[in-house]
Amino acid sequence: MVNKKPASVPQPPSTQSTELLRELVAHLSEHRTQLREEWASRITEAQLLTAMTKDEIFAEATSVYDNYVEALATGTLEALQSYSRNLSERIIPRGVETHEVVGIVLLLRDVLARSLFAKYQGDFTKLNRILDAYEPAANRIANTVAVGFVQERERVIRQQQEAIRELSTPVLQVRERLLILPIIGVIDPQRARQLTEQLLRGIRTNRAKVVVIDITGVAAMDATVANHLVQTVEASRLLGATVIVTGLSPEIALTIVNIGVDLGKMNTVGDLQGGIEQAERLLGYKVIPVEEATAAA
Amino acid sequence: MEVPILKQGRYLIATIQAALSDEDLLHLRRALLERVIQFRSRGVIVDVTALDVMDSFATRTLRDITYMIRLRGADTVIVGIQPEVAFAMVQLGLTLEGVATALDLEEGLAHLERRARSSS
Amino acid sequence: MPDDIRVLIRSNLDIVTARQEGRTLAARTGFSATDVTLIATAISELARNIVSYAGQGEIVLRLAEGTNSRGVMIVSRDSGPGIRSVDDAMRDGYSTSGGLGLGLPGVRRLVDEFFIESVPGRGTTIRVTKWLR
Repeated sequence: MVNKKPASVPQPPSTQSTELLRELVAHLSEHRTQLREEWASRITEAQLLTAMTKDEIFAEATSVYDNYVEALATGTLEALQSYSRNLSERIIPRGVETHEVVGIVLLLRDVLARSLFAKYQGDFTKLNRILDAYEPAANRIANTVAVGFVQERERVIRQQQEAIRELSTPVLQVRERLLILPIIGVIDPQRARQLTEQLLRGIRTNRAKVVVIDITGVAAMDATVANHLVQTVEASRLLGATVIVTGLSPEIALTIVNIGVDLGKMNTVGDLQGGIEQAERLLGYKVIPVEEATAAA
Repeated sequence: MEVPILKQGRYLIATIQAALSDEDLLHLRRALLERVIQFRSRGVIVDVTALDVMDSFATRTLRDITYMIRLRGADTVIVGIQPEVAFAMVQLGLTLEGVATALDLEEGLAHLERRARSSS
Repeated sequence: MPDDIRVLIRSNLDIVTARQEGRTLAARTGFSATDVTLIATAISELARNIVSYAGQGEIVLRLAEGTNSRGVMIVSRDSGPGIRSVDDAMRDGYSTSGGLGLGLPGVRRLVDEFFIESVPGRGTTIRVTKWLR
């Protein structure tokens, strides 16, 4: 889910706090080298980002630091948002976890807060005021980076799920005009629908006349999914293709009968081999034993 | 929009070219039946490739066309139902039972030829 | 709502207009080709019910905003005779106008949400929503 709201740090309540933020940014820019190094070493100490090398951590720390300071200076989060998306894209494939990303951002917040303590410890009132200005902005930034990471991660997971689903329902063309759809595993309504759409498109693009749907690998099927199967058979026929269902277990057959489908209207054959043989007969091929074929040749 | 009906030998081919109103569909039904009688056609192909929706009325009319033409001793085959349209039809519970279907014009003609061979 | 698309349904010609408007809106909202067809088909059936049972009415199309999804809402409204038993009308195989009797249960299968309110003698309002998944 992409957050489409314009990103911005809440407007500072007064010119006074704008003044304070400016002073803060100046401080962070001035001590960039030292603070950045301190942060990087704290990351290593805390054993975060273990999938990355020291140099990589330092390079990313530098970019995050600069983006962080920029976000504080300009009051806008766009640059940081796009950087954190980009960062997430790079580190997610390497197995970086959510807690690590949240951890490093909190560490940076801590490193910076400590340096503010050190700088203003002599002037307690000022320290308090500068922390008041810093805290909300820092929280917003931490939130942005963490949310960016989680969103990217969710996107990757969704993509992988799609890919797995595509892979788990291959429409195979075994010979001209004949498609086989071996279904394996658990079918939920969503997968059943995707499977139907894929098959219907496959029938059209391959100009298939016969389809064998093999459900030997399907352990169980509830009424909703059984209904989908029946609809798939009907929709395929509307396109002009005949469907043969193979590997129907007694349990699934019973489910189909129970939802009121006349199994006599469905073309069913015991196993995949038998289904393919029938399909070939329908296509006008003649199935003969190998010995006869060789004898005739 | 009127649906053009083409005479090809013993067959008639009606190609629907755009979304049809109910009147257009009823007009097609009447025109097809008249032509089947006039030309003593053996088979009819209705090409619905261009239809992006087939609702209950369209489905019922196509089924009626098939049944009426059958009463004149001719076969009808509906060709070109789009995958999305077929999906929507079965969700609605419209399965065109008793009506022959084929992938496209070529397959439709092959179907009519097979029917003609097996009945002669 | 300013974005409402309102199609008056007075004859079967308006059915074609309503479903074409729906198709355009659904495609613009980001629905897949299959879902666009499901939405157009649902509109066609709802508009057809208006023509056959009430004579006239309207189809209103609008974007639906959910907590974390978007969709298309279709409202079908008429001041016709109404439906005496909504329960019966929602059962597969029930029809009072000599139709296939698949109208409403079929429409319900095409969409994600289905709401119907009918007062005999006053009219019928049906509101259905399809969400982007």
